[in-house]
Amino acid sequence: MDWEVVIGLETHAQLATHSKIFSGAATAFGAAPNVQACAVDLALPGVLPVLNRSAVDCAIRFGLATGAAIASRSIFARKNYFYPDLPKGYQISQFEIPVVSGGTMSIELEGKVKQVRLTRAHLEEDAGKSLHEDFHGLSGIDLNRAGTPLLEIVSEPDLRSATEAVAYARALHRLVTWIGICDGNMQEGSFRCDANVSVRPRGQSELGTRCEIKNLNSFRFLEKAIEYEIRRQIELIEAGGVVVQETRLYDPDRDETRSMRSKEDAQDYRYFPDPDLLPLHIDAAWIGEVQARMPELPDAMQQRFIEQFGLSLYDAGVLTASRSMASYFLELLPYAANDAKLCANWVSGELSAALHREGLEIQDSRVSPRQLGGLLKRIQDGTISGKMGKELFDILWREGGEADALIEARGLQQISDVSSLEGIVESLMAEYPAQVAEYRAGKEKVFGFFVGRAMKASGGRANPEQLNAVLKQRLKAE
Amino acid sequence: MDLANTSLRQLASALHERRISSRELAQAYLGRIERLDGELGAFITVDPEKTLAQADAADARIARGQAGPLTGIPIAHKDIFCTQGWLTTCGSRMLSNFVSPYDAHVIEKFAGAGALILGKTNMDEFAMGSSNETSHFGPVKNPWNLAKVPGGSSGGSAAAVAARLAPAATATDTGGSIRQPAALCGVSGIKPTYGLVSRYGMIAYASSLDQGGVIAPSAEDLGLVLNAMVGFDARDSTSIDRPAEDYTATLGKPLKGLRIGLPREYFSGGVSSDVAQAIDAALEVYDRLGAERVEVSLPHSALSVPVYYVLAPAEASSNLSRYDGVRYGHRAAQYADLNDMYERSRAEGFGPEVKRRILTGTYVLSRGYYDAYYLQAQRVRRLIVNDFREAFEQCDVIMGPSSPTVAFGFGEKTGDPVQMYLSDIFTISVNLAGLPGLSIPAGFGAAGLPVGLQLIGNYFSEGRLLQAAHGYQQATDWHRQVPDMARA
Repeated sequence: MDWEVVIGLETHAQLATHSKIFSGAATAFGAAPNVQACAVDLALPGVLPVLNRSAVDCAIRFGLATGAAIASRSIFARKNYFYPDLPKGYQISQFEIPVVSGGTMSIELEGKVKQVRLTRAHLEEDAGKSLHEDFHGLSGIDLNRAGTPLLEIVSEPDLRSATEAVAYARALHRLVTWIGICDGNMQEGSFRCDANVSVRPRGQSELGTRCEIKNLNSFRFLEKAIEYEIRRQIELIEAGGVVVQETRLYDPDRDETRSMRSKEDAQDYRYFPDPDLLPLHIDAAWIGEVQARMPELPDAMQQRFIEQFGLSLYDAGVLTASRSMASYFLELLPYAANDAKLCANWVSGELSAALHREGLEIQDSRVSPRQLGGLLKRIQDGTISGKMGKELFDILWREGGEADALIEARGLQQISDVSSLEGIVESLMAEYPAQVAEYRAGKEKVFGFFVGRAMKASGGRANPEQLNAVLKQRLKAE
Repeated sequence: MDLANTSLRQLASALHERRISSRELAQAYLGRIERLDGELGAFITVDPEKTLAQADAADARIARGQAGPLTGIPIAHKDIFCTQGWLTTCGSRMLSNFVSPYDAHVIEKFAGAGALILGKTNMDEFAMGSSNETSHFGPVKNPWNLAKVPGGSSGGSAAAVAARLAPAATATDTGGSIRQPAALCGVSGIKPTYGLVSRYGMIAYASSLDQGGVIAPSAEDLGLVLNAMVGFDARDSTSIDRPAEDYTATLGKPLKGLRIGLPREYFSGGVSSDVAQAIDAALEVYDRLGAERVEVSLPHSALSVPVYYVLAPAEASSNLSRYDGVRYGHRAAQYADLNDMYERSRAEGFGPEVKRRILTGTYVLSRGYYDAYYLQAQRVRRLIVNDFREAFEQCDVIMGPSSPTVAFGFGEKTGDPVQMYLSDIFTISVNLAGLPGLSIPAGFGAAGLPVGLQLIGNYFSEGRLLQAAHGYQQATDWHRQVPDMARA
């Protein structure tokens, strides 16, 4: 049977606000347990939530970036359930009327662009953390994360493979970090996905029964979990079984998903509008204010790079992989006489390789755009060869400094002037008369021998083009 | 000093003129509490050391000439207001060990005014009750007759003021919890417009209905205390930011031409005859003061009790989820696992009325019932709001009884929750609409028990309500009548 895979993702993006969504406590990661939990986060008797406008700014930003509708009036609702790291016994979320509805994300697969529809994005608060180790059979509760603002972004079931799901998650990750609403740190849980996966015989219009895989916090786990789940469902159905709607957890150690709870155990969250919070009203002025501070979006910038600089789709994609990558590139350009192709090659080549080697982000690059630009300028004007440029880059990366000063100090300039090259060539010809004779007898392979010797003699600095010309001319001359 | 018949204004003059010190005044009230409250049960906590330290600070402030109208005056607080360093129990075993680490906005406001905290008053558990019989700390008795209930849920505050164990007390009103006990104890009580008094630090029962207010002997006293209590608070999203108002400014203005709306539905049975007679007599006083009677209609008022008993428990079931034994409050001593800890802690920590409302609220919010109960109740709530809006096009103040009967006996209604709920039939719709309401003493009914007259105003018309109440109190002396206990 030919199966079609249907996937939708629910993504929780932790919003990069300084304080929590309903209290003034800080949201910074990594503080000692419970020091960033104020009376409101602890849900002491009598405390009340107050909405943080910056969290709403983030939601508006996301809505604008995805072409979604931003509700002029949305409602906060209580999702009621008991858990020790949920201090109020309910989570404040949005249910019937979310702040953002609709919108689309573009994803790119093997050079083809696909539109993925978004269902909605709503604001809610995160829960705290339960710690089950180190407490001698008891559980510890850390409420630092309680009340951290989240944007839950729900896609339509438009994704058709694990690869597409990962491409969507990556595109979403790029977008939320690009527009500055999320730091995107997946290890710290700032960006995590739940995947709804089902399969159906190709051609069937109704959806198969889905399973939800919770809390996937890396692209690799997302891909592997979905691949496992697809295999599991197909094998199950082909063996005569039926898929049961349930929530599953992915175990990366064993590379499998396991049932967490079935639909029958699903709780009734008893959503109702939170009477402590007024409806959220967003007017055109507020949206305009956010719009005015909106950066150029990645898809638009990628397109611009293709059109304005003549870059390939791939190169433009690499350069817009993150906003800091794009900023680096744009800062580098004027230092390198706006040679976009040369800049693109170096950023996606040497620079990216060096960053990758050391596990650094581009904003932490050891070579600044100005430094790299200084180097590229000397390649452009022929002072150094491309090969020499790579060596120079390694020096800049390891030791710092300026390209011009290093070229000067270490004598790295290309030898391009004809008389110096002629000097080298003539002394070689004097040293190897037999080889000169061979060449002149028509054995042109010997040419390479002279190139190698001349390069060596020049300490690698001979301008290859000039050297070739001088060699040809001299060797031919009887 | 005759504490049985001294107004707040007189107390303030005595303090300012240094005829009495705040310490002496506090000692006098603390002495009365010590002597009489064993029998009455109006207080859950008194802490003379803390109160007297505040009194000394107030005396110093008076000496510096920086005193305001409430500086040095002891005020009792319903034990629903979080008070830093004080036990704050909400009348529940669940919070019987909870010492608040912070002050409610209301407590901060009084501290700023230089008032003293006299103690924390008893109340129905989590403000759920109309007789003060649901308190974990035992019932409060009615100072007029110790065999009768004081009303609820602010029964401790009402009884304390009636017995003159406090010159004034804060209270809260979700469905009548200020006005009904004020009526049953023969004192004055006001529930302001929803949003005027911050709910920050006021332990939530039903968030969309809860409102803080005051109980005191007279309308003038209410105005003075309200001046200190009302104010915008950014920590409460439902707090209303509007210019400060002097609630005593309208007192003494004539009532000639005041249009009094009399809802047909409040005068067509369901009221005991002694209460009905007292209300009629009160209205005649207003006739003499030059007010006009206008018949109005609140056609949906009969639905207010069922609507309230869907919405309030729905909100309460969620508001009370935080009492899970995890972070503070009562936790069962023995439990097998997490769910067992929740179940035992909550089973032990909450009393039967609280459990009944949590169950009711959980039910009406459940999948499959939400539309039929919660949403339907919200729709009817809007109809009730509209009723009042239309009525206030024809009148300035609506009047009627605060309670259908005078104070009833202990245990008389505890077996029948619906009968108990009907005690609040005249007060509940005011909360559903978010309007201000006031109850003042209007004579006595059967067995010499007090009757309360309810005045309901349009939004933010507290000044006019107090003016109307004060006019009546200038023409009558019901509010000066005190139970024997007040003179003891």
